[in-house]
Amino acid sequence: MLESFFEYEFLQNTFYTGLLIGLIAPLLGTFIVVRRLSLIADALSHVTLAGIAFGLLIEKKFAIGITPFYTGMAFSVIGSVFVEQLRRVYKAYQELAIPIILSGGVGLSVIFISLANGFNTDLYNYLFGSVSAVSRSDLWMIIAISIIVLTTLFLFYKELFMLSFDEEHAVVSGIHAKRIHFIFIVLTALVIAASIRIVGVLLVSALMTLPVAAAIRIAKGFKQTILFSIIFGETSVIIGLISGYYFEIPPGGTIVVTSIIILLLSISIKKIWFILSRKKAIQ
Amino acid sequence: MTQKIVSMKQVNYAYENKHALKNINFEVPKGSFMGLVGPNGGGKTTLIKLILGILKSHQGSIDLFGTPIDKFKDWNKIGFVSQKANSFNRGFPATVNEVVSMGLTAKVGYFKLFTKEHKQKIAHAVEQVGMSEYLHENIGDLSGGQQQRIFIARSLVSDPELLILDEPTVGVDTENVQKFYDLLHSLNEKKNITLLLITHDTGTMTHHATDIVCLNKTLHFHGNPLEFSNLSEKDLSQFYGHPLNVVTHNH
Ligand SMILES: Nc1ncnc2c1ncn2[C@@H]1O[C@H](COP(=O)(O)OP(=O)(O)O)[C@@H](O)[C@H]1O
Ligand SMILES: [Mg+2]
Repeated sequence: MLESFFEYEFLQNTFYTGLLIGLIAPLLGTFIVVRRLSLIADALSHVTLAGIAFGLLIEKKFAIGITPFYTGMAFSVIGSVFVEQLRRVYKAYQELAIPIILSGGVGLSVIFISLANGFNTDLYNYLFGSVSAVSRSDLWMIIAISIIVLTTLFLFYKELFMLSFDEEHAVVSGIHAKRIHFIFIVLTALVIAASIRIVGVLLVSALMTLPVAAAIRIAKGFKQTILFSIIFGETSVIIGLISGYYFEIPPGGTIVVTSIIILLLSISIKKIWFILSRKKAIQ
Repeated sequence: MTQKIVSMKQVNYAYENKHALKNINFEVPKGSFMGLVGPNGGGKTTLIKLILGILKSHQGSIDLFGTPIDKFKDWNKIGFVSQKANSFNRGFPATVNEVVSMGLTAKVGYFKLFTKEHKQKIAHAVEQVGMSEYLHENIGDLSGGQQQRIFIARSLVSDPELLILDEPTVGVDTENVQKFYDLLHSLNEKKNITLLLITHDTGTMTHHATDIVCLNKTLHFHGNPLEFSNLSEKDLSQFYGHPLNVVTHNH
Protein backbone atom coordinates (compact mmCIF):
# COMPACT_ATOMS: atom_id res chain seq x y z
CA MET A 1 0.00 0.00 0.00
CA LEU A 2 2.70 2.43 1.02
CA GLU A 3 4.52 1.98 -2.28
CA SER A 4 1.46 2.42 -4.40
CA PHE A 5 0.51 5.35 -2.22
CA PHE A 6 3.59 7.27 -3.33
CA GLU A 7 3.30 5.98 -6.85
CA TYR A 8 -0.32 6.88 -7.60
CA GLU A 9 -1.56 10.43 -7.24
CA PHE A 10 -5.17 9.27 -7.06
CA LEU A 11 -4.44 7.31 -3.88
CA GLN A 12 -2.89 10.36 -2.29
CA ASN A 13 -5.90 12.45 -3.28
CA THR A 14 -8.24 9.87 -1.81
CA PHE A 15 -6.29 9.50 1.39
CA TYR A 16 -6.05 13.24 2.06
CA THR A 17 -9.72 13.69 1.25
CA GLY A 18 -10.48 10.82 3.63
CA LEU A 19 -8.56 12.49 6.44
CA LEU A 20 -10.40 15.76 5.84
CA ILE A 21 -13.90 14.31 5.77
CA GLY A 22 -13.04 12.05 8.72
CA LEU A 23 -12.59 15.34 10.57
CA ILE A 24 -15.37 17.59 9.29
CA ALA A 25 -18.17 15.05 8.88
CA PRO A 26 -18.23 13.87 12.53
CA LEU A 27 -17.51 17.41 13.75
CA LEU A 28 -20.58 18.82 12.04
CA GLY A 29 -22.34 15.52 12.69
CA THR A 30 -22.20 16.13 16.45
CA PHE A 31 -24.40 19.21 16.02
CA ILE A 32 -26.65 17.35 13.58
CA VAL A 33 -27.22 14.46 15.98
CA VAL A 34 -27.94 16.52 19.08
CA ARG A 35 -30.36 18.65 17.09
CA ARG A 36 -32.09 15.45 15.97
CA LEU A 37 -31.46 16.24 12.33
CA SER A 38 -29.73 12.96 11.46
CA LEU A 39 -32.16 12.22 8.67
CA ILE A 40 -31.73 15.63 7.09
CA ALA A 41 -28.23 14.60 6.11
CA ASP A 42 -29.79 11.66 4.30
CA ALA A 43 -32.30 13.86 2.52
CA LEU A 44 -29.56 16.24 1.39
CA SER A 45 -27.35 13.45 0.15
CA HIS A 46 -30.15 12.32 -2.16
CA VAL A 47 -30.52 15.85 -3.47
CA THR A 48 -26.79 15.80 -4.09
CA LEU A 49 -27.33 12.61 -6.08
CA ALA A 50 -29.81 14.48 -8.26
CA GLY A 51 -27.18 17.17 -8.82
CA ILE A 52 -24.58 14.56 -9.70
CA ALA A 53 -26.96 12.86 -12.13
CA PHE A 54 -27.65 16.27 -13.66
CA GLY A 55 -23.93 16.89 -14.04
CA LEU A 56 -23.38 13.47 -15.64
CA LEU A 57 -26.27 14.12 -18.00
CA ILE A 58 -24.84 17.44 -19.12
CA GLU A 59 -21.42 15.89 -19.51
CA LYS A 60 -22.82 13.13 -21.66
CA LYS A 61 -25.21 15.14 -23.82
CA PHE A 62 -23.35 18.39 -24.24
CA ALA A 63 -19.79 17.46 -23.40
CA ILE A 64 -19.60 20.50 -21.11
CA GLY A 65 -16.84 20.12 -18.59
CA ILE A 66 -18.51 21.11 -15.31
CA THR A 67 -17.86 18.04 -13.24
CA PRO A 68 -20.75 16.32 -11.45
CA PHE A 69 -19.00 17.13 -8.20
CA TYR A 70 -19.86 20.81 -8.63
CA THR A 71 -23.43 20.28 -9.80
CA GLY A 72 -23.89 17.91 -6.85
CA MET A 73 -22.60 20.58 -4.49
CA ALA A 74 -24.89 23.23 -6.02
CA PHE A 75 -27.97 21.00 -5.70
CA SER A 76 -27.05 20.14 -2.12
CA VAL A 77 -26.79 23.80 -1.11
CA ILE A 78 -30.04 24.70 -2.87
CA GLY A 79 -31.70 21.68 -1.23
CA SER A 80 -30.50 22.85 2.17
CA VAL A 81 -32.19 26.21 1.66
CA PHE A 82 -35.44 24.39 0.84
CA VAL A 83 -35.09 22.28 3.97
CA GLU A 84 -34.89 25.41 6.11
CA GLN A 85 -37.93 26.92 4.38
CA LEU A 86 -39.96 23.74 4.79
CA ARG A 87 -39.02 23.45 8.42
CA ARG A 88 -40.31 26.94 8.94
CA VAL A 89 -43.57 26.27 7.09
CA TYR A 90 -44.20 23.04 9.03
CA LYS A 91 -43.12 24.28 12.45
CA ALA A 92 -44.91 21.53 14.32
CA TYR A 93 -43.91 18.79 11.85
CA GLN A 94 -40.33 19.70 11.09
CA GLU A 95 -39.40 16.15 10.13
CA LEU A 96 -41.80 16.44 7.17
CA ALA A 97 -39.04 18.33 5.40
CA ILE A 98 -37.10 15.06 5.23
CA PRO A 99 -39.42 12.89 3.08
CA ILE A 100 -40.27 15.87 0.90
CA ILE A 101 -36.66 16.71 0.13
CA LEU A 102 -35.54 13.09 0.00
CA SER A 103 -38.19 11.95 -2.44
CA GLY A 104 -37.70 15.10 -4.49
CA GLY A 105 -34.00 14.24 -4.75
CA VAL A 106 -34.61 10.65 -5.77
CA GLY A 107 -37.34 11.66 -8.23
CA LEU A 108 -35.06 14.15 -9.98
CA SER A 109 -32.22 11.62 -10.01
CA VAL A 110 -34.40 9.05 -11.75
CA ILE A 111 -35.45 11.60 -14.36
CA PHE A 112 -31.90 12.75 -15.11
CA ILE A 113 -30.58 9.20 -15.21
CA SER A 114 -33.19 7.99 -17.66
CA LEU A 115 -32.83 11.13 -19.82
CA ALA A 116 -29.20 10.13 -20.20
CA ASN A 117 -30.28 6.58 -21.02
CA GLY A 118 -28.62 5.26 -17.88
CA PHE A 119 -25.08 5.66 -16.68
CA ASN A 120 -22.18 3.35 -16.29
CA THR A 121 -19.82 2.69 -13.40
CA ASP A 122 -19.60 6.41 -12.62
CA LEU A 123 -22.97 6.28 -10.96
CA TYR A 124 -22.05 3.16 -9.02
CA ASN A 125 -19.01 5.03 -7.69
CA TYR A 126 -21.17 7.94 -6.61
CA LEU A 127 -23.59 5.65 -4.82
CA PHE A 128 -21.07 3.65 -2.82
CA GLY A 129 -17.88 5.68 -2.96
CA SER A 130 -14.60 4.94 -4.65
CA VAL A 131 -10.91 4.99 -3.82
CA SER A 132 -10.03 6.29 -7.25
CA ALA A 133 -12.57 9.03 -7.91
CA VAL A 134 -10.92 12.09 -6.36
CA SER A 135 -9.02 14.30 -8.76
CA ARG A 136 -6.43 16.86 -7.72
CA SER A 137 -8.88 19.70 -8.38
CA ASP A 138 -11.57 17.93 -6.33
CA LEU A 139 -9.05 17.67 -3.52
CA TRP A 140 -8.39 21.42 -3.63
CA MET A 141 -12.12 22.06 -3.51
CA ILE A 142 -12.47 19.73 -0.53
CA ILE A 143 -9.59 21.48 1.24
CA ALA A 144 -11.37 24.79 0.66
CA ILE A 145 -14.65 23.38 2.00
CA SER A 146 -12.86 22.02 5.07
CA ILE A 147 -11.29 25.39 5.81
CA ILE A 148 -14.68 27.12 5.47
CA VAL A 149 -16.37 24.57 7.72
CA LEU A 150 -13.68 24.65 10.39
CA THR A 151 -13.48 28.45 10.53
CA THR A 152 -17.24 28.92 10.61
CA LEU A 153 -17.75 26.32 13.31
CA PHE A 154 -14.96 27.87 15.35
CA LEU A 155 -16.46 31.36 15.01
CA PHE A 156 -20.04 30.32 15.79
CA TYR A 157 -19.30 27.47 18.16
CA LYS A 158 -20.89 28.91 21.29
CA GLU A 159 -23.97 30.22 19.49
CA LEU A 160 -24.52 26.93 17.66
CA PHE A 161 -24.07 24.99 20.85
CA MET A 162 -26.63 27.17 22.60
CA LEU A 163 -29.13 26.92 19.75
CA SER A 164 -28.75 23.15 19.71
CA PHE A 165 -29.36 22.83 23.42
CA ASP A 166 -32.23 25.21 23.94
CA GLU A 167 -33.45 27.24 21.01
CA GLU A 168 -35.98 29.27 22.97
CA HIS A 169 -33.39 30.36 25.50
CA ALA A 170 -30.99 31.27 22.70
CA VAL A 171 -33.59 33.41 20.97
CA VAL A 172 -34.59 35.16 24.20
CA SER A 173 -30.95 36.02 24.82
CA GLY A 174 -30.78 37.70 21.43
CA ILE A 175 -29.00 35.06 19.32
CA HIS A 176 -29.91 35.32 15.63
CA ALA A 177 -31.39 31.85 15.32
CA LYS A 178 -32.53 32.06 11.70
CA ARG A 179 -29.21 33.22 10.34
CA ILE A 180 -27.27 30.68 12.31
CA HIS A 181 -29.60 27.85 11.25
CA PHE A 182 -29.07 28.92 7.70
CA ILE A 183 -25.28 28.97 7.97
CA PHE A 184 -25.41 25.58 9.64
CA ILE A 185 -27.54 23.87 7.02
CA VAL A 186 -25.41 25.25 4.20
CA LEU A 187 -22.30 23.88 5.93
CA THR A 188 -24.04 20.51 6.15
CA ALA A 189 -24.71 20.61 2.42
CA LEU A 190 -21.05 21.39 1.71
CA VAL A 191 -19.77 18.60 3.93
CA ILE A 192 -22.10 16.11 2.26
CA ALA A 193 -20.90 17.16 -1.18
CA ALA A 194 -17.30 16.86 -0.04
CA SER A 195 -17.79 13.38 1.43
CA ILE A 196 -19.70 11.81 -1.41
CA ARG A 197 -16.76 10.90 -3.64
CA ILE A 198 -15.39 8.62 -0.97
CA VAL A 199 -18.33 7.26 1.05
CA GLY A 200 -21.02 7.60 -1.59
CA VAL A 201 -24.52 9.08 -1.55
CA LEU A 202 -26.13 6.22 0.32
CA LEU A 203 -23.68 6.16 3.21
CA VAL A 204 -22.61 9.76 3.68
CA SER A 205 -25.01 10.40 6.52
CA ALA A 206 -23.56 7.36 8.32
CA LEU A 207 -20.17 9.03 8.49
CA MET A 208 -21.84 12.07 10.07
CA THR A 209 -23.86 10.15 12.63
CA LEU A 210 -22.32 6.77 13.55
CA PRO A 211 -19.11 8.17 15.10
CA VAL A 212 -21.26 10.58 17.10
CA ALA A 213 -23.58 7.79 18.21
CA ALA A 214 -20.52 5.96 19.56
CA ALA A 215 -19.04 9.08 21.18
CA ILE A 216 -22.25 10.12 22.92
CA ARG A 217 -22.30 6.84 24.85
CA ILE A 218 -18.99 7.40 26.58
CA ALA A 219 -18.17 11.13 26.50
CA LYS A 220 -18.69 13.68 29.25
CA GLY A 221 -19.88 16.95 27.84
CA PHE A 222 -20.15 18.38 24.37
CA LYS A 223 -16.53 19.14 23.59
CA GLN A 224 -15.50 15.64 24.56
CA THR A 225 -18.28 14.23 22.37
CA ILE A 226 -16.87 16.19 19.44
CA LEU A 227 -13.36 14.98 20.17
CA PHE A 228 -14.35 11.31 20.40
CA SER A 229 -16.52 11.61 17.28
CA ILE A 230 -13.58 12.89 15.30
CA ILE A 231 -11.27 10.15 16.61
CA PHE A 232 -13.85 7.50 15.69
CA GLY A 233 -14.52 9.15 12.32
CA GLU A 234 -10.82 9.24 11.39
CA THR A 235 -10.30 5.66 12.55
CA SER A 236 -13.22 4.46 10.44
CA VAL A 237 -12.04 6.35 7.37
CA ILE A 238 -8.44 5.15 7.61
CA ILE A 239 -9.29 1.49 8.28
CA GLY A 240 -12.11 1.62 5.73
CA LEU A 241 -9.98 3.12 2.96
CA ILE A 242 -7.09 0.72 3.41
CA SER A 243 -9.28 -2.37 3.57
CA GLY A 244 -11.44 -1.13 0.72
CA TYR A 245 -8.33 -0.70 -1.41
CA TYR A 246 -7.00 -4.16 -0.56
CA PHE A 247 -10.20 -6.08 -1.03
CA GLU A 248 -11.38 -3.93 -3.95
CA ILE A 249 -14.61 -3.01 -2.18
CA PRO A 250 -16.13 0.48 -2.43
CA PRO A 251 -14.82 2.32 0.65
CA GLY A 252 -18.33 3.47 1.59
CA GLY A 253 -19.06 -0.07 2.70
CA THR A 254 -15.85 -0.67 4.61
CA ILE A 255 -15.93 2.74 6.32
CA VAL A 256 -19.48 2.28 7.53
CA VAL A 257 -18.89 -1.28 8.72
CA THR A 258 -15.83 -0.06 10.64
CA SER A 259 -17.88 2.68 12.32
CA ILE A 260 -20.56 0.18 13.24
CA ILE A 261 -17.93 -2.03 14.89
CA ILE A 262 -16.67 1.01 16.83
CA LEU A 263 -20.24 1.81 17.82
CA LEU A 264 -20.84 -1.72 19.11
CA LEU A 265 -17.55 -1.61 21.04
CA SER A 266 -18.47 1.68 22.69
CA ILE A 267 -21.91 0.39 23.66
CA SER A 268 -20.41 -2.75 25.22
CA ILE A 269 -17.66 -0.85 27.00
CA LYS A 270 -20.22 1.52 28.45
CA LYS A 271 -22.35 -1.45 29.58
CA ILE A 272 -19.44 -3.17 31.29
CA TRP A 273 -18.29 0.05 32.89
CA PHE A 274 -21.83 0.73 34.07
CA ILE A 275 -22.16 -2.71 35.66
CA LEU A 276 -18.77 -2.42 37.37
CA SER A 277 -19.36 1.06 38.75
CA ARG A 278 -22.81 0.09 39.97
CA LYS A 279 -21.33 -2.83 41.88
CA LYS A 280 -18.89 -0.42 43.46
CA ALA A 281 -21.65 2.06 44.32
CA ILE A 282 -23.77 -0.59 46.00
CA GLN A 283 -20.96 -1.65 48.34
CA MET B 1 -40.27 56.49 43.89
CA THR B 2 -39.06 52.97 43.24
CA GLN B 3 -38.02 52.17 39.72
CA LYS B 4 -40.41 50.03 37.71
CA ILE B 5 -38.58 47.08 36.17
CA VAL B 6 -41.61 46.03 34.14
CA SER B 7 -44.62 48.18 33.43
CA MET B 8 -47.57 47.05 31.32
CA LYS B 9 -50.44 49.32 30.41
CA GLN B 10 -53.73 48.20 28.87
CA VAL B 11 -52.11 45.16 27.35
CA ASN B 12 -54.20 42.78 25.25
CA TYR B 13 -52.91 39.71 23.54
CA ALA B 14 -54.65 37.17 21.33
CA TYR B 15 -53.42 33.97 19.73
CA GLU B 16 -54.92 33.12 16.35
CA ASN B 17 -58.33 32.37 17.82
CA LYS B 18 -57.92 32.91 21.53
CA HIS B 19 -58.01 36.12 23.52
CA ALA B 20 -55.38 35.17 26.11
CA LEU B 21 -54.79 38.44 28.00
CA LYS B 22 -57.30 41.21 28.50
CA ASN B 23 -56.62 44.76 29.71
CA ILE B 24 -53.56 43.96 31.77
CA ASN B 25 -52.12 46.76 33.90
CA PHE B 26 -49.18 45.42 35.76
CA GLU B 27 -46.00 46.66 37.37
CA VAL B 28 -42.97 44.97 38.84
CA PRO B 29 -41.17 47.37 41.21
CA LYS B 30 -37.43 47.05 41.63
CA GLY B 31 -36.42 44.66 44.38
CA SER B 32 -39.78 42.95 44.63
CA PHE B 33 -40.38 39.22 44.74
CA MET B 34 -43.52 38.83 42.75
CA GLY B 35 -45.52 35.64 42.67
CA LEU B 36 -47.79 35.13 39.67
CA VAL B 37 -50.51 32.54 40.20
CA GLY B 38 -53.59 31.44 38.34
CA PRO B 39 -55.31 28.43 36.80
CA ASN B 40 -53.81 26.47 33.91
CA GLY B 41 -54.43 28.33 30.69
CA GLY B 42 -54.87 31.58 32.61
CA GLY B 43 -52.24 33.33 30.49
CA LYS B 44 -49.26 33.35 32.86
CA THR B 45 -46.78 31.99 30.35
CA THR B 46 -48.22 34.29 27.70
CA LEU B 47 -47.67 37.29 29.98
CA ILE B 48 -44.00 36.55 30.53
CA LYS B 49 -43.44 35.65 26.89
CA LEU B 50 -44.63 39.17 26.10
CA ILE B 51 -42.22 40.62 28.66
CA LEU B 52 -39.38 38.59 27.16
CA GLY B 53 -40.22 39.64 23.63
CA ILE B 54 -40.85 36.03 22.54
CA LEU B 55 -44.39 37.02 21.61
CA LYS B 56 -44.84 40.25 19.72
CA SER B 57 -47.70 42.32 18.27
CA HIS B 58 -49.65 42.95 21.42
CA GLN B 59 -51.93 45.92 22.04
CA GLY B 60 -51.03 48.39 24.75
CA SER B 61 -47.60 49.34 26.05
CA ILE B 62 -44.86 47.34 27.74
CA ASP B 63 -41.84 49.12 29.25
CA LEU B 64 -38.76 47.33 30.53
CA PHE B 65 -36.44 49.29 32.82
CA GLY B 66 -38.26 52.42 31.68
CA THR B 67 -37.70 51.74 27.96
CA PRO B 68 -40.46 50.75 25.51
CA ILE B 69 -39.96 47.09 24.69
CA ASP B 70 -39.36 47.58 20.97
CA LYS B 71 -36.43 49.88 21.77
CA PHE B 72 -35.12 47.75 24.63
CA LYS B 73 -31.66 46.30 24.01
CA ASP B 74 -30.26 45.19 27.40
CA TRP B 75 -31.69 41.70 27.26
CA ASN B 76 -28.95 40.34 29.46
CA LYS B 77 -30.41 42.34 32.36
CA ILE B 78 -33.19 39.76 32.29
CA GLY B 79 -32.67 36.12 33.23
CA PHE B 80 -35.25 33.52 32.33
CA VAL B 81 -35.88 29.95 33.44
CA SER B 82 -38.51 28.50 31.16
CA GLN B 83 -41.35 26.15 31.93
CA LYS B 84 -39.75 23.82 29.42
CA ALA B 85 -36.35 23.87 31.14
CA ASN B 86 -37.05 20.51 32.73
CA SER B 87 -38.25 18.92 29.52
CA PHE B 88 -35.04 19.42 27.56
CA ASN B 89 -33.35 16.56 25.74
CA ARG B 90 -31.95 14.58 28.67
CA GLY B 91 -29.53 12.72 26.47
CA PHE B 92 -27.86 15.93 25.36
CA PRO B 93 -24.14 15.60 26.02
CA ALA B 94 -23.37 18.78 27.93
CA THR B 95 -21.65 19.23 31.28
CA VAL B 96 -23.02 21.53 33.97
CA ASN B 97 -20.15 23.86 33.14
CA GLU B 98 -21.13 23.94 29.47
CA VAL B 99 -24.82 24.50 30.21
CA VAL B 100 -24.14 27.42 32.53
CA SER B 101 -21.70 28.94 30.03
CA MET B 102 -24.66 29.43 27.68
CA GLY B 103 -25.93 32.13 30.00
CA LEU B 104 -22.95 34.22 28.93
CA THR B 105 -22.99 33.47 25.21
CA ALA B 106 -25.06 36.47 24.18
CA LYS B 107 -23.28 38.82 26.57
CA VAL B 108 -19.82 37.81 25.34
CA GLY B 109 -20.98 38.37 21.76
CA TYR B 110 -20.22 36.90 18.37
CA PHE B 111 -16.68 35.92 17.37
CA LYS B 112 -15.38 36.10 20.94
CA LEU B 113 -14.16 33.38 23.23
CA PHE B 114 -14.81 32.93 26.92
CA THR B 115 -12.04 34.50 29.00
CA LYS B 116 -10.71 33.48 32.38
CA GLU B 117 -13.06 35.92 34.12
CA HIS B 118 -16.01 34.40 32.31
CA LYS B 119 -14.97 30.96 33.48
CA GLN B 120 -14.73 32.21 37.06
CA LYS B 121 -18.20 33.70 36.74
CA ILE B 122 -19.54 30.37 35.57
CA ALA B 123 -17.94 28.54 38.50
CA HIS B 124 -19.30 31.19 40.86
CA ALA B 125 -22.85 30.90 39.55
CA VAL B 126 -22.71 27.14 39.96
CA GLU B 127 -21.42 27.63 43.50
CA GLN B 128 -24.29 30.03 44.26
CA VAL B 129 -26.82 27.31 43.54
CA GLY B 130 -24.78 24.82 45.56
CA MET B 131 -23.83 22.53 42.68
CA SER B 132 -20.05 23.01 42.50
CA GLU B 133 -19.23 19.34 42.90
CA TYR B 134 -21.19 18.55 39.73
CA LEU B 135 -19.42 21.08 37.49
CA HIS B 136 -18.09 18.43 35.11
CA GLU B 137 -21.00 16.00 35.22
CA ASN B 138 -23.40 15.58 32.32
CA ILE B 139 -26.59 17.56 32.92
CA GLY B 140 -28.68 14.51 31.99
CA ASP B 141 -27.23 12.55 34.94
CA LEU B 142 -28.66 14.97 37.53
CA SER B 143 -32.03 14.82 39.26
CA GLY B 144 -34.86 17.14 38.24
CA GLY B 145 -34.29 19.48 41.17
CA GLN B 146 -30.57 19.64 40.52
CA GLN B 147 -31.16 20.39 36.85
CA GLN B 148 -33.50 23.19 37.84
CA ARG B 149 -30.70 24.71 39.94
CA ILE B 150 -28.35 24.51 36.99
CA PHE B 151 -30.84 26.40 34.84
CA ILE B 152 -31.03 29.05 37.53
CA ALA B 153 -27.25 29.26 37.54
CA ARG B 154 -27.38 29.68 33.77
CA SER B 155 -29.69 32.65 34.15
CA LEU B 156 -27.68 34.12 37.04
CA VAL B 157 -24.31 34.03 35.35
CA SER B 158 -24.95 37.16 33.32
CA ASP B 159 -25.81 39.11 36.51
CA PRO B 160 -29.44 39.82 35.64
CA GLU B 161 -31.41 42.46 37.53
CA LEU B 162 -34.69 40.70 36.84
CA LEU B 163 -35.10 36.94 37.03
CA ILE B 164 -38.25 35.38 35.56
CA LEU B 165 -39.10 31.79 36.42
CA ASP B 166 -41.98 29.86 34.84
CA GLU B 167 -43.18 27.03 37.11
CA PRO B 168 -39.65 26.06 38.12
CA THR B 169 -40.71 23.66 40.86
CA VAL B 170 -42.82 21.31 38.76
CA GLY B 171 -41.35 17.85 39.21
CA VAL B 172 -39.19 18.87 42.18
CA ASP B 173 -39.78 17.04 45.48
CA THR B 174 -41.06 18.91 48.55
CA GLU B 175 -37.78 19.06 50.43
CA ASN B 176 -36.00 20.52 47.44
CA VAL B 177 -38.82 22.97 46.80
CA GLN B 178 -38.10 24.41 50.25
CA LYS B 179 -34.37 24.72 49.50
CA PHE B 180 -35.25 26.23 46.18
CA TYR B 181 -37.30 28.99 47.78
CA ASP B 182 -34.49 29.66 50.23
CA LEU B 183 -32.20 30.16 47.27
CA LEU B 184 -34.66 32.56 45.59
CA HIS B 185 -35.11 34.39 48.87
CA SER B 186 -31.40 34.98 49.28
CA LEU B 187 -31.03 36.12 45.66
CA ASN B 188 -33.78 38.62 46.27
CA GLU B 189 -32.56 39.86 49.66
CA LYS B 190 -28.80 39.71 49.33
CA LYS B 191 -28.22 40.32 45.64
CA ASN B 192 -31.23 42.57 45.22
CA ILE B 193 -32.43 40.65 42.17
CA THR B 194 -36.05 41.38 41.28
CA LEU B 195 -37.99 38.13 40.91
CA LEU B 196 -41.06 37.26 38.92
CA LEU B 197 -42.14 33.73 39.72
CA ILE B 198 -44.95 31.72 38.20
CA THR B 199 -45.97 28.91 40.46
CA HIS B 200 -48.69 26.61 41.66
CA ASP B 201 -47.40 26.15 45.20
CA THR B 202 -49.18 29.21 46.56
CA GLY B 203 -48.62 27.85 50.05
CA THR B 204 -44.83 27.97 50.12
CA MET B 205 -44.66 31.02 47.93
CA THR B 206 -46.66 33.26 50.27
CA HIS B 207 -43.85 32.93 52.85
CA HIS B 208 -41.32 34.48 50.54
CA ALA B 209 -43.01 36.76 48.02
CA THR B 210 -43.51 40.46 48.56
CA ASP B 211 -46.35 40.72 46.03
CA ILE B 212 -48.87 38.27 44.68
CA VAL B 213 -50.75 38.62 41.43
CA CYS B 214 -53.59 36.38 40.28
CA LEU B 215 -54.15 36.09 36.57
CA ASN B 216 -56.98 34.46 34.71
CA LYS B 217 -57.13 36.27 31.38
CA THR B 218 -57.44 39.50 33.36
CA LEU B 219 -55.76 40.46 36.63
CA HIS B 220 -58.01 39.37 39.48
CA PHE B 221 -55.90 40.28 42.44
CA HIS B 222 -52.78 42.26 43.17
CA GLY B 223 -51.61 42.62 46.75
CA ASN B 224 -49.27 41.37 49.44
CA PRO B 225 -49.23 37.80 50.79
CA LEU B 226 -51.23 38.77 53.87
CA GLU B 227 -54.04 40.17 51.78
CA PHE B 228 -53.83 37.10 49.57
CA SER B 229 -54.26 34.71 52.49
CA ASN B 230 -57.20 36.76 53.70
CA LEU B 231 -59.03 36.19 50.44
CA SER B 232 -62.09 34.09 51.14
CA GLU B 233 -62.49 30.59 49.74
CA LYS B 234 -65.33 31.97 47.70
CA ASP B 235 -63.20 34.68 46.08
CA LEU B 236 -60.54 32.15 45.20
CA SER B 237 -62.79 29.47 43.79
CA GLN B 238 -64.58 32.08 41.77
CA PHE B 239 -61.31 33.24 40.39
CA TYR B 240 -59.98 29.76 39.64
CA GLY B 241 -63.30 28.62 38.29
CA HIS B 242 -63.30 25.68 40.70
CA PRO B 243 -62.78 25.08 44.44
CA LEU B 244 -59.17 25.59 45.38
CA ASN B 245 -58.71 23.78 48.69
CA VAL B 246 -56.03 21.59 47.08
CA VAL B 247 -53.65 24.41 46.40
CA THR B 248 -53.77 26.88 49.27
CA HIS B 249 -51.59 26.43 52.35
CA ASN B 250 -50.77 22.84 51.77
CA HIS B 251 -47.33 22.94 53.40
N1 LIG C 1 -49.11 28.99 20.84
C1 LIG C 1 -50.42 29.10 21.16
N2 LIG C 1 -51.35 29.15 20.20
C2 LIG C 1 -52.66 29.27 20.50
N3 LIG C 1 -53.13 29.38 21.77
C3 LIG C 1 -52.25 29.33 22.77
C4 LIG C 1 -50.83 29.19 22.52
N4 LIG C 1 -50.19 29.18 23.72
C5 LIG C 1 -51.16 29.31 24.65
N5 LIG C 1 -52.38 29.40 24.11
C6 LIG C 1 -53.66 29.56 24.82
O1 LIG C 1 -53.60 30.76 25.56
C7 LIG C 1 -54.13 30.57 26.87
C8 LIG C 1 -53.10 30.95 27.91
O2 LIG C 1 -52.04 30.00 27.89
P1 LIG C 1 -50.77 30.11 28.83
O3 LIG C 1 -50.26 31.50 28.81
O4 LIG C 1 -49.82 29.06 28.44
O5 LIG C 1 -51.40 29.78 30.26
P2 LIG C 1 -50.69 29.39 31.64
O6 LIG C 1 -49.21 29.54 31.48
O7 LIG C 1 -51.28 30.32 32.64
O8 LIG C 1 -51.07 27.97 31.92
C9 LIG C 1 -54.55 29.11 26.94
O9 LIG C 1 -55.96 29.05 26.74
C10 LIG C 1 -53.85 28.45 25.82
O10 LIG C 1 -54.63 27.41 25.29
MG1 LIG D 1 -47.65 28.15 31.64
